Amino acid sequence: MTMTMTGSRKVTAVASLLLLLSLGGSILLLQRLDQIRTRATLEEVLYFNSPKWIKRLSLGYDGLLADIYWTRAVQYFGIRHAMRATDYNLLAPLLEITTALDPKLTVAYEFGANFLGSKPPLGAGQPEKAIALLEGGIRNNPDDWKLYYNLGFFYYIDLKDYGHAAEAFERGTKAPKAHPFLRVMAAQMAQHTGEIQTARMLWQATYATTKEDLIKQNAIAHLRALDVDEGVAELEKIVAAYTEKTGRPPSSFNQLIGAGMLRGVPLDPDRKPYKLTADGRIELRNPEDFPFAEKGLPPGYKPGPPKFH
Amino acid sequence: MNRVTNIAANTFREAVRDRVLYNLIAFALLLSGAAILVGQISIAIERLVVVNLGLTAVSLFGVVIAIFIGIGLVSKEMEKRTLYTVLSRPVRRWEFIVGKFFGLTGTLVVNTFCMAIGVFAALFYVAHKFQSSDGWILVALFFIVLQFLILCSLALLFSSFSSPLLSAVFTFSLFVIGSFAEDLRGFAGMSHGLMRWLATAAAYLVPNFSRLNVIAQVAHEQPIPARLIAYSTAYALTYSAMAICGAVLIFERRNLK
Amino acid sequence: MSAIEILGLEKTYSVGFWRKRPKCALRPLNLAVENGEIFGFLGPNGAGKTTTLKLLMGLVLPTSGSARILGMELDDPRMKAQIGFLPEQPYFYDYLTARELLKYYGQLSGVEASQLAGKVEETLERVSLRDAADIQLRKFSKGMLQRAGIAQAILHDPKVVFLDEPMSGLDPVGRREVRDLIEELKRQGKTVFFSTHILSDAEALCDRVAVIHQGELRGVGHVAELTSSVAGKVELIWNGRAVPAGLTGLGAECHVIGETIRAVVLEAQQEAALEILRRERLRLISLTPVRTSLEEYYLQKVSEEAMPAVGAR
Repeated sequence: MTMTMTGSRKVTAVASLLLLLSLGGSILLLQRLDQIRTRATLEEVLYFNSPKWIKRLSLGYDGLLADIYWTRAVQYFGIRHAMRATDYNLLAPLLEITTALDPKLTVAYEFGANFLGSKPPLGAGQPEKAIALLEGGIRNNPDDWKLYYNLGFFYYIDLKDYGHAAEAFERGTKAPKAHPFLRVMAAQMAQHTGEIQTARMLWQATYATTKEDLIKQNAIAHLRALDVDEGVAELEKIVAAYTEKTGRPPSSFNQLIGAGMLRGVPLDPDRKPYKLTADGRIELRNPEDFPFAEKGLPPGYKPGPPKFH
Repeated sequence: MNRVTNIAANTFREAVRDRVLYNLIAFALLLSGAAILVGQISIAIERLVVVNLGLTAVSLFGVVIAIFIGIGLVSKEMEKRTLYTVLSRPVRRWEFIVGKFFGLTGTLVVNTFCMAIGVFAALFYVAHKFQSSDGWILVALFFIVLQFLILCSLALLFSSFSSPLLSAVFTFSLFVIGSFAEDLRGFAGMSHGLMRWLATAAAYLVPNFSRLNVIAQVAHEQPIPARLIAYSTAYALTYSAMAICGAVLIFERRNLK
Repeated sequence: MSAIEILGLEKTYSVGFWRKRPKCALRPLNLAVENGEIFGFLGPNGAGKTTTLKLLMGLVLPTSGSARILGMELDDPRMKAQIGFLPEQPYFYDYLTARELLKYYGQLSGVEASQLAGKVEETLERVSLRDAADIQLRKFSKGMLQRAGIAQAILHDPKVVFLDEPMSGLDPVGRREVRDLIEELKRQGKTVFFSTHILSDAEALCDRVAVIHQGELRGVGHVAELTSSVAGKVELIWNGRAVPAGLTGLGAECHVIGETIRAVVLEAQQEAALEILRRERLRLISLTPVRTSLEEYYLQKVSEEAMPAVGAR
């Protein structure tokens, strides 16, 4: 049992108390600093903008730095996405730096393919950068079939450039251990361009093969949108048929059910019933739940950013 | 309180006699060389480069000095037993720690001041004039001094219980980790469960040097909001106080060899 | 009120990686030192002398027990302003000059600013460092460092001075100077507590001594009393060539120097020894009582079994 002397005991008490107070204080202040910094209009600047220079200065610790930049890219996108940002200026540079430091970090190329092409607030709106990134990735990893897949996917979904998409898938089939899916897609391109089924196959493939959460959720959102597009198209065909048969558009789904054209009230993927408007259009009850849907939207509706969990 | 001042003054005197301030010569050479080089090749971003390079050099040189002198503060005194004759006098142990802290930070402030002159000189050389936005460079220097406060307090903390070499290693490690504190938060955000909790705790406990780094902004001539300056100062002071208290507590109970 | 009162002061260190093996550096010590006396703390290396001093200076915290100096607690700044300490093999801020060092220490000890310069000069003079006052301590010889150490210990006119091995590393001249200094301190009415393992110094200087060995107090008392408590001896010198057998039988220590023989026997055997010489018809030159030295007391105490833990005044 160590004996302390009274003067020492006082110092110990004061110092301990002060330590706890400053510990709490510093954590609180740090949180406050966070708030200020994100709300401040501090334009985000990268300390160094050149991937070439960063690689030179990294002193060989490329791997770690690449990981750090990759993390930053994901965080950057995630935060701005939640804020409904109107630009993602740093996304391309961050991904370029990441892949310059570690050319084999395939998930970075995948991320670029998914989020560089779409217009804001869903993505950076820089499709040419996405292409450049992916082609760079393919140059550095010619045997990675996934990169050809990403490229083909990008041409198809974002640019609707079916010719280049087919070419990309075709190139991919030559990679060793290429997923047989690529051959299927290459064939699809030839015959079923523009069809929902093709798009669905692509998104399902993306969902199944990615490990990155944000990409998965993005794929799910797109698949749900495709379900809506398909469902609404079907319903519109039925409505058109009814209109032609009876000379008037139906005023409710019951009429269609009564006419034997529908088995029950049609539900959207969230199991909420569709709306049938007065002029015979099919609409979603909650269009904001389906950000990528192209059909079933009220006229003049502008979609917000998807809610990623 | 007078004793604290005495100890601080003696620490400063030790730093000077230890020829620490000679580092200013190396700094001056580096900066002048860079300025001249940049002035020659005219790459349209001379100002940016000089500010970036100059401020980074001030920061890094200071870190090295803080660590090298800081580790000697207590552990060297214990190894060399100079403490015996000091503590047998009416000097309280906490006064010793606090005095050392002020002496070390004082040295660094003087050092930074001299370097600031160098940075502005180099800037004038490449840009041939000063702009109003150059005033923000002073703010960046102030933030660097805030970083030094934290670093000195940490050096003192480690110095109070471990050997000079280990203290240097610990302090330097915390400096590196602290510089990536924001990324640590990012990692924490992407992990789950226990790892997430641990990473978040670490991210908050580690000194957040990245938050105190405004070099990039200043180089791009952006203003720093007053609220940011105020809160950052408060953070640096609070964190340093925490480390100093830790040092005092440890040193209070230390049996001197 | 004694100058120094030690009540059961004890220090045990926990050694070993998991702090399991306790190592006792100082068993509970009870000791008192009176005002104005020179007290010697004797013991071999590692006996616990330095540990005791470190405990008294507050450099190390005791495991149990307490102590008072000048009636005040060990962490009382008022007390510390009135004591001086010279550690063993002192090391100072070697980038300072002697004058700067004393000024710094003087400030820390609370010497009035107006008197500081004067006291510094005075002390430098006393320890004969006036000429070297502006040389950096890193250039000092061992003897000069020791003198600087003494200077910082007495600068602020303390009432009690603690010295740990003050003579170590000094040449005979240096040691003489330190001895003179200690005597002067006593004349000024100060109390001096010093530890040493050089017994002749202790014998010459101290009023009282304590012997410590393996962390335990083995004996305390006035030098005069202690030396007389050991059995007296007498020294016989006579002319001769060979030592008579009977004398060696008595356990005498004999030295043959040319034609003279010198033997030391216990006082009790004096008559028996004289008898042997008479029988051999040897001519006695002198018979002198030998003053027992402190050394014998010391050696005896150090080789004894531990004393029961009792206080001694």
